[in-house]
Amino acid sequence: MSVGPFVDVDAGPSRARPAAGPSVAFHHHRGAWPPPRVEAWRPEDGREEKNVAIEVRGLSKKYGSFQAVNDVSFEVESGKLVALLGPSGSGKSTILRTIAGLESADSGSVMLTGEDATDLPVQQRGVGFVFQHYALFRHMTIRDNIGFGLKIRGVPRAEARRRVDELLDLIQLGGYANRYPSQLSGGQRQRVALARALAPRPKVLLLDEPFGALDAKVRDELRTWLRRLHDEVHVTSLFVTHDQREAFEVSDQIVVLAEGRVRQIGPPQTLYEQPADPFVAGFLGAINVLPLRSLKAGSVGGGPEEWLDMPPAEHAEAYVRPHDLDVFAARDGKPYWPARVERITPLGGVVRLDLRIAPEHPLYIEVPRDRSNGVGFATGDEVYVCPRHINIYDRVRGSFDPVDVHRAIGLSLESGAGI
Amino acid sequence: MEAGSIFSRRRPSPELLLRGAGLSYLGVMVVLPLLAMAWQATAPGPAAFWAAVTEPYAWHALKLTFLTAFVMMAVGAVTGTATAWVLVRYEFPGRGLVNALIDLPFAVPTVVTGVMLVALYGPDSVVGAILADAGWKVIYDQPGIILALLFVTYPFVIRSVQPVLLAMDRAEEEAAATLGAGPCATFFQVVLPSLWPSILTGSALAFSRALGEYGSVVMVAGNQPLLTRTAPIHVFGEIESGNRHGALAVSAVLLAASLLILVALHALQRRGEARDAS
Repeated sequence: MSVGPFVDVDAGPSRARPAAGPSVAFHHHRGAWPPPRVEAWRPEDGREEKNVAIEVRGLSKKYGSFQAVNDVSFEVESGKLVALLGPSGSGKSTILRTIAGLESADSGSVMLTGEDATDLPVQQRGVGFVFQHYALFRHMTIRDNIGFGLKIRGVPRAEARRRVDELLDLIQLGGYANRYPSQLSGGQRQRVALARALAPRPKVLLLDEPFGALDAKVRDELRTWLRRLHDEVHVTSLFVTHDQREAFEVSDQIVVLAEGRVRQIGPPQTLYEQPADPFVAGFLGAINVLPLRSLKAGSVGGGPEEWLDMPPAEHAEAYVRPHDLDVFAARDGKPYWPARVERITPLGGVVRLDLRIAPEHPLYIEVPRDRSNGVGFATGDEVYVCPRHINIYDRVRGSFDPVDVHRAIGLSLESGAGI
Repeated sequence: MEAGSIFSRRRPSPELLLRGAGLSYLGVMVVLPLLAMAWQATAPGPAAFWAAVTEPYAWHALKLTFLTAFVMMAVGAVTGTATAWVLVRYEFPGRGLVNALIDLPFAVPTVVTGVMLVALYGPDSVVGAILADAGWKVIYDQPGIILALLFVTYPFVIRSVQPVLLAMDRAEEEAAATLGAGPCATFFQVVLPSLWPSILTGSALAFSRALGEYGSVVMVAGNQPLLTRTAPIHVFGEIESGNRHGALAVSAVLLAASLLILVALHALQRRGEARDAS
């Protein structure tokens, strides 16, 4: 692991980065489907006992000179639904296909429910795989599609039939058993693909951008449906997506990838609130990037640059989410950032304020609608903003640390900042 | 669009003329000769037609033609599919060249094909001598006919299967693999069902072509009645010897077979399109 994914990054700004491994603490257990083998407790790791269904260690893969996957390690606990999230070209599909055995890695290992699967052929890995474009057998009926894996494995006919019926019920397509894939809609086809993958009771379910080919409305429905389905059948699932909203809505854990490397692993909310680096911060939701230098230049004295317990205005940036800022009409003696309202856009439940801060820097803020009514800003107004939560990215040190804003403001007030 | 409508409103004649010319050309070049033959073949009555077809020499020639074409089709379907598979699925040096060579049998004059085969397998050649020692007579016998037919119909199945293989979604095969299917099961249960229509199309076209093959067959197999005389050679012989009706009757059978194949192919393609489109 050359890039450490962090989960516990909520300490003070000058805190050194821990050289933690990629281990993630899982706190609740769900029943797995089928029951996974209990992995031996390994005291050398110092981890609590848990069922790991997928374990990837030091995976690397090159295509020519392009490093698609670069020393990737992570694990997925039994019964969880985990997302591999990253922009295109981040290697997420390659990782998924390597776990399935559809591609081979240059180095690294894959463990499935405690067994080393690195050299197992795809047929023997016992994984269910769902493809972006469904990949249903077009010359087979829906029933034959779902039953294919059972037939190949020599499951007795009557039993296979029962299992297929069960799955047809599960995907709510009981009446479509004798249709062909081309007679179904995209959403229905993907449900069939899911049933087909689940039919032989795989150890793990792998989904490669499963909703990518569907239109927005169907995608939303299917996402919710998949989440509910997973809560019913509890099969360990790993799915690839480039859509952070999808990852947020569906998964228990997210593995964020960029340029073939793991950037951070954690539950969605943790990643959102405590991103480990600027990439994760920017990829998971909107964020403002403000050069500290420019803040300093535009400040009226006693501005945030003074209370920020940071050396380096020259090579540091503040990262702040649009909803992590408060807006005030008056400065009130506090070290707030002065700004000018450039545009006010009501967006239903929230109002988006486009501001220009400290001489020439755009900043956008989202405030709840009722509050913005109460403040009653107009375009061109001078306002004052105060962040509730920011991260400071130091380009030179490469650190990305959260700032305890309340404490920092308190300190600067004591030391005479403000008016 | 406006220009088009004005054009067609004011001067409809050129369009009509063109359409008429196209249809007339088809009529004169294809339909008329066809009708002429069909009419003359059946004019003396069904009994005479039947007698002409079942006359021992004609009957043997027809049987031989269909039999050799069938054997060629069976062999060609397998080798053609395999060749297309290799060309599409494997990278190897010279693949482009091989791909270009596939069409060569179409370009070679059929008589030349015959000469080439005689040169290789004939009794005077090394290969021919070895085969003769093993007790196999290829040239001037029926195996020679099949060999010649395989050569002249070589590209049909390949060129019909190749685009289908190229367009095939590999994910279906990967899906089969993740469900536990080995390479053989995947090929026969997932790939082949998708390839069938194209294999059948290529084979049927090859079969049609084989029914009428003359030049290479006559070079390779000679013209031995009741042994290597195929239907086209028989037709030529009957015309030469002045038996017009015998020639017409056998020709009519060949023609009917070709038409039947054509119609069957169309029906097959319709069915395939209907399933894929719905």
